[in-house]
Amino acid sequence: MLPEYYFSIMTKKIKKRKKSDTSNSGLIDITKKKFRWSDYLAEKIIKGVAFLSITIIILIFFFVFRESMPIFSSAKPAETTVASQEVQETYGEVTDQSDKQETYGEVTDQTDVQETYGDVVDTTAANVAAESYTVSAGSGHDDNQSALKTLMSKEWYPVSEKPRFGLFSLIIGTFKITLISILFAAPLAILAAIYSASFAGKRTKEIIKPTIEMLAGFPSVVIGFFALMVLATFLQEVFHYETRLNSFVGGIAMGIAAIPIIFTITEDALTAVPKTFNEASLALGASKWQTAFFVILPAATPGIFAAVLLGIGRVFGETMIALMATGNAAQMGMNPFESVRTLAATIGAEMAEVVFGDTHYNVLFLIGSVLFIFTFVINAIAEFYVKGKLMKRIQGK
Amino acid sequence: MIKSFKNNIKGILIEGLTLSSALLIIAIVVVMFTVIFIGGKDQISWEFLTSFPEDGMTKGGIFPAIYGTALLVILMSVAAVPFGTITAIYLTEYAREESIIAKSIRFAVRTLAVIPSIIYGLFGLGFFIKFVGTSMDNAFLGGQLKWGQPNILWASLTMSLLTLPVVIVSVEEALKTVPRDLRAASLALGATKWQTIWKVVIPGSISGILTGTILAVSRAAGEVAPILFTGVAYYLATLPGSLSDQFMVLGYHIYVMSTQSANVDQTMPIQFGTTLVLLMLTFILNFSAIILRYRIRKKKTN
Repeated sequence: MLPEYYFSIMTKKIKKRKKSDTSNSGLIDITKKKFRWSDYLAEKIIKGVAFLSITIIILIFFFVFRESMPIFSSAKPAETTVASQEVQETYGEVTDQSDKQETYGEVTDQTDVQETYGDVVDTTAANVAAESYTVSAGSGHDDNQSALKTLMSKEWYPVSEKPRFGLFSLIIGTFKITLISILFAAPLAILAAIYSASFAGKRTKEIIKPTIEMLAGFPSVVIGFFALMVLATFLQEVFHYETRLNSFVGGIAMGIAAIPIIFTITEDALTAVPKTFNEASLALGASKWQTAFFVILPAATPGIFAAVLLGIGRVFGETMIALMATGNAAQMGMNPFESVRTLAATIGAEMAEVVFGDTHYNVLFLIGSVLFIFTFVINAIAEFYVKGKLMKRIQGK
Repeated sequence: MIKSFKNNIKGILIEGLTLSSALLIIAIVVVMFTVIFIGGKDQISWEFLTSFPEDGMTKGGIFPAIYGTALLVILMSVAAVPFGTITAIYLTEYAREESIIAKSIRFAVRTLAVIPSIIYGLFGLGFFIKFVGTSMDNAFLGGQLKWGQPNILWASLTMSLLTLPVVIVSVEEALKTVPRDLRAASLALGATKWQTIWKVVIPGSISGILTGTILAVSRAAGEVAPILFTGVAYYLATLPGSLSDQFMVLGYHIYVMSTQSANVDQTMPIQFGTTLVLLMLTFILNFSAIILRYRIRKKKTN
């Protein structure tokens, strides 16, 4: 029906054009391809727009990093060389004044502050000039230096007299919650995918797949709300732990969010295994479950690996569920029934209240960069390594 | 004989295990939906949907949040759908499958799809508000603060980056269902490539573009993290009138009411009601997308 329809339209239009063409030139040279501006432009524009997604990735890289950079490249340029002279003089005084300024020379070296201090003064006057400039100018750079020092510490107290930005507890919290949710979601989703791919009849499959795809449509804020209102109370009644909102509740809730991703990709990987594998195995006398577990599952492992990786990526960057269901206290313990605070939730909770350009602001962007790099790498692994392996295994090369 | 019997038992057990995990997942979905439905169904009324919040959000309706969500997804679609469709057209019609350009675009699209939504929020803040917005203010308004702060335009653009991969993937799938013969026929009749695309390929895949749009809208309606600091507001007495206004959103409304309001228990019915509205919205959208997609796939197999 459709093809004929289009066909008739096209022929009509082209006939029309040909008529007008012939009336102008008499003959059409069909061997020559006419250059058309509209076509040329269309192609160029389409190509340009297609590059947009690459551009966006690069821009995200650039801008998220740019806002976190001031922590590292804190030295503002020295105004004049004269300033360095003054610096040399004022320096001695500075050392006595406060312990904060002791951290100036080398950030990594915490113990021999005094020594590194001397070194800096001797060797690079310009460098010192830059530093001293900010000493007189104010606190901005000062904060950055001490903030950088606290990045690897265990405490996260961004808004206090002496702000400490210990990412360590946040990272531990994030990994803890990721582990819990993957331990919950991966087995469930993979087993369900095996059922759907190998055992389920056509009818059951038509129920299972859309239902789980529906789960993917649940907004994360709804899952977070469910975890906060219902799941937390329910789990507390079952397990009798103290804090109502903790990494266990958060982990389960994030697992629910990750299930559809793991399920869908695993199911795709399992059904992508050629039918001949299945038939050969059954013909050799293996039963249905033996085929499913010992033939099809091993053939699809790279795909399942990718599925779990992408599930991890989803959980790692999940913000709303983490904000609502994990309790949001930066604690270090390994107990799953303690409150935790994840990297993403920290950004979500604190970015709105932070002063633009402040050290705290920069540190939050630094956390964003960490998240971005992590998910980028996970996606790259899932994309290149796994796909290559999967193709090799299935094609038997 | 005995061995095969043992195997049978094992087989039944293992099959049962896989079946029960599938059932458990379905049970989770059903329980979640039922709980939210029961909690929120009494709250939903015409008045709830069309009136403003009252008494410090402890009473009244959620109209501004619905309005804000609608405005957000419309602006988002205006930005994301054309660009997503054009990218999909490039990938299927112009680029060769193995070319480096096509491969890197595909990789970029998939990366965009897995980047955590909070990163988009950071990007929106760093790029749209602090970079583009501030430059616009400096250039046109002489430093007066108008665009260099969170508003609905920047929030929608941030959201459109997030939904771009959704559109691209759906449209690409639909474009591939247009038969090669149709293109060949069009080209053979003397139509140029662009004419073929415009008059043959796009009309043939319009349902796919629609699917992509619906999926993108449903995604954008539910996401909160990207707009947390690019334009969403806790409470506004007026509806957003221009692109430089802030706005309210259903998802953020749920988040704030359930975690940061002074009296969580008192507003519980409103919270469940809002969640139910959001859930129904995304469900209806997703459901229609699934039906459309099913029809596309059916066409493909015919």
